[in-house]
Amino acid sequence: MENIRNFSIIAHIDHGKSTLSDRLIQTTDIVSDRDFQDQILDSMDIERERGITIKSQTVCLPYTAKDGQTYFLNLIDTPGHVDFSYEVSRALASCEGALLLVDASQGVEAQTLANLYLALEHDLEIIPVINKIDLPSADIERVKNQIEDDLGLDPETAILVSAKEGTGIEDVLEGVVTHLPPPVGDTEAPLKALIFDSHYDPFRGTVVHFRVYQGKIKAGDSICFMSNNATYKVEEVGIFQIVRVPQKTLSAGQVGYMIAGIKTVSDTRCGDTITLKKQKCDTPMPGFMETKPVVFSSIYPVASDGYEDLVTALEKLKLNDASLIYEKDTSAALGFGFRCGFLGLLHLEVVQERLEREYDLSLILTAPSVQYEIVLNDGSLLIIDNPALYPDPTMISLTKEPFIRAAIIIPDHYMGAVMKLCLDRRGINRNYQYLTNNRLEMIFELPLAEVVYDFYDKLKSVTQGYGSFDYEIIDYRETDLVKLDILINGERVDALSQLVHRDRSVERARHACEKLREEIPRQMFKIAIQGAIGGKIIARKTVSPFRKDVTAKCYGGDISRKRKLLEKQRKGKKRMKMVGKIMIPQSAFLSVLKTDKD
Amino acid sequence: MRPYQPEPAGLYVHIPFCIRKCPYCDFYSITDLSFKHAFINALMREMQMEAGFFQKTRFFFDTLYIGGGTPSVFDAEDIGQIIETARNAFPILPDAEITIEVNPGTVTPEKLRGYYRAGVSRINIGVQSFQEENLRFLGRIHSAEEAHLAIQWARKAGFDNIGLDFIYGLPGQTELSWIPDLERAVESEPAHLSCYMLTYEEGTAMDKDRRKGCFVPLSEGRVADLFQTTVDFLSKQGYAQYEISNFARSGPERSRHNQKYWQDVPYLGFGPSAHSYVSPCRYWNHRSVKKYLSDIGAGRFPIAEKEILTREQQITEAIYLGLRTTDGIDIEKFDEKFGVSFHEMFGEMTDCFEENGLIKTDEKRCALTRRGMLFLDSVVSALV
Ligand SMILES: Nc1nc2c(ncn2[C@@H]2O[C@H](COP(=O)(O)OP(=O)(O)O)[C@@H](O)[C@H]2O)c(=O)[nH]1
Ligand code: SF4
Repeated sequence: MENIRNFSIIAHIDHGKSTLSDRLIQTTDIVSDRDFQDQILDSMDIERERGITIKSQTVCLPYTAKDGQTYFLNLIDTPGHVDFSYEVSRALASCEGALLLVDASQGVEAQTLANLYLALEHDLEIIPVINKIDLPSADIERVKNQIEDDLGLDPETAILVSAKEGTGIEDVLEGVVTHLPPPVGDTEAPLKALIFDSHYDPFRGTVVHFRVYQGKIKAGDSICFMSNNATYKVEEVGIFQIVRVPQKTLSAGQVGYMIAGIKTVSDTRCGDTITLKKQKCDTPMPGFMETKPVVFSSIYPVASDGYEDLVTALEKLKLNDASLIYEKDTSAALGFGFRCGFLGLLHLEVVQERLEREYDLSLILTAPSVQYEIVLNDGSLLIIDNPALYPDPTMISLTKEPFIRAAIIIPDHYMGAVMKLCLDRRGINRNYQYLTNNRLEMIFELPLAEVVYDFYDKLKSVTQGYGSFDYEIIDYRETDLVKLDILINGERVDALSQLVHRDRSVERARHACEKLREEIPRQMFKIAIQGAIGGKIIARKTVSPFRKDVTAKCYGGDISRKRKLLEKQRKGKKRMKMVGKIMIPQSAFLSVLKTDKD
Repeated sequence: MRPYQPEPAGLYVHIPFCIRKCPYCDFYSITDLSFKHAFINALMREMQMEAGFFQKTRFFFDTLYIGGGTPSVFDAEDIGQIIETARNAFPILPDAEITIEVNPGTVTPEKLRGYYRAGVSRINIGVQSFQEENLRFLGRIHSAEEAHLAIQWARKAGFDNIGLDFIYGLPGQTELSWIPDLERAVESEPAHLSCYMLTYEEGTAMDKDRRKGCFVPLSEGRVADLFQTTVDFLSKQGYAQYEISNFARSGPERSRHNQKYWQDVPYLGFGPSAHSYVSPCRYWNHRSVKKYLSDIGAGRFPIAEKEILTREQQITEAIYLGLRTTDGIDIEKFDEKFGVSFHEMFGEMTDCFEENGLIKTDEKRCALTRRGMLFLDSVVSALV
């Protein structure tokens, strides 16, 4: 056990976590260079493309240190986006230490701080690592000051690296060995292991990722989940070295996996404790809270016969993604679909992309909504995240919406811009403090609904990319909610309805009408697009009709060309929905969700 | 073996030369006339190659269309040679319709007399407008007066089947400025008129100017109005519309050749960029004089591409082409060819368009109404 180290790398997005992980893996030689794919820990395509990690990955690195001994360093990867900060916490629970990575030119950012707090909550030993020292804009002294002042860590312990060029990598590995404590735990005590993640393997079923705190686990053991007393027979245990490497046993201090004939990922719960059926441990590990979806949207197939495919695809995705929830939904305009809950907008986008790419589906999504608490006149409470279920406003006595506490770190000359952005978004400025002489941390309380819309993009744009952001949900507050409907030629298109704050309704309505006007192709008659609250029209746009749509000339040489055009249009039509007499392209539904790039 | 009942078919010859390129035009032609001689020889060679290949008993030809480009860059002798070669190579009926397209800037009374003597029976003159300003905008090489003379000379040369081409929908054009062109056209008593809405074809010089904002194109609504004006005016003057852009004084004076394109009748094309169609195949020659010459020189067919239409594609074309004509889709023929019921396949949609006054259907025919013609592309894209 003395030769094991369990650690994570925590960092603000883009500070180089994936690059550093790759270097560590490369240096310890568990994969040949030939097989080495860049950024190997981000194994899902979409994650790799977007350069973010969603599911934690783990890798066990054998390393021969300067003292001549071989150590097993378990690197437990963590997600890198605010939407998934909860998952970070789960990964950290399995570690004794963490590398806190800071970009030498960017310095400490909001997620650096947020992640540090998480790590401290778990009593982790922290090693600051300053990355990208090769950059001409690197300012190591400034970053060291920030590490001391903002983070309260000893800047002299900081390791200087360039993950890109491979400098300082040995120092990092040595640092892990010498500065991070080895795990402790009684190998002879009854099994106590904490589940921190799981994923689905189409051939083997659910693969449970866990950390053993005491005792041992091996193939053939009958184990039991302490939350629900479900028992399983262990088929295989092992460690991760990019591929799964089976082991005879895993004992206290080790991090690895178990395959035990568990059908779906949903049958396991992160934070649950695994013990032996015959010889239970006394108390479970302190668990995690359930991750709760905060953003909801309905998903419909564009093709009317696409429903069955969507069912299958969602079932398969769910195998691997316990945080995705869904239930049946129907729309007059779009037919059968699903109401889905996501951890955040990014999660939503990732799910959408995977459904479209991996399952070849064309989808329409409805405007994302948060969950509202509605108290009716008779005192009963409704929890609503779907505009379709919004009750008659006369029956409502009170509506509440979720608020977040947002921490935003910016160079101070963006203060005005950020203040304006947050106030526009109905935010309340609670506090601000200088971290270093010109870097400011601003704390706002904001409605979650305003943040899931396009807040992050806007923040990036008003701060020219320098603003960073982290949030947590704090409470529910009274609000003035209305249901905004979109009418097309007088017909309400239910899939376009959204719940919005009254003060924002006109702006949203205009935005939606304008986007629809841009996307709906001209037809032979005029198309009126209106935004309405109740019976009141608050915005309108029209798509003017064709006055003519005819090709003047068609002889021998023109026929093929024209036919090909018609064939292309026909393909396009497959991505359209008929609403009444009007063809609405899929892109129109999606454009309503997008904001203007200003 | 069951003997073929020979079917009528058409021959098309593409002359790929022009004196100067008109900025709106996307037909294939080059202005380097030094290839003329080599081209004529290659063209005749191509016809002979095809003749050796082709099933003589399957078709007979009742039309030969010499188009372009500007066929009238060639004198009567050359044109006569083309016609003679075609007649030797293919079974062409003695009274076949033989058309030549001419540009008023390239003709003389002698040339036209020569064409007539060479066996040309129909002449199509690219007038485009009788107004100098319009001709300038269109980049034509001739004046209004020359166009007028060309018509006179053609008639004197013996042609009584004369067709005139016009373009309308020019920037700034109004009913008031367009009608005089139509009036003068009608005064010269042609058998046939083609009136095309100006189209900004992608890649043409005029389209580039439009994108640059060099001029303001006439609005869609105005063009639509001019279309109605044209159809109204000409019908009052005895010229019945029979296709979106084509009008004839009487049934027999319609362009027999061009109707083949819309009626699924086979045709063979010769010369660069020419298209051939023998259901279900369509193929076309290279859009390059050089490539054309080198292929023929090497004894190869100068075919650039070939497609074999699926049943679905044939249906798409039958609908699109049928609806271009006032006669519309011949439903019996459609049902017979595709072994389906047109009414079952499209009835629901055509009823809907009928309600909106865009289509007229009965047991035999399905055609667009006058207003419907303006929306041909939308209607077809809704149907197929
Ligand atoms: N110049 C330089 N660039 C680096 C270094 N480490 C990472 N990067 C770049 O920084 C960007 C973000 O790195 P990545 O590892 O994806 O960050 P992550 O979001 O924290 O995983 C990428 O473009 C990397 O190539 C470094 O040491 N020097
Ligand atoms: S003369 Fe006719 S073919 Fe030649 S460029 Fe002008 S319009 Fe085109």
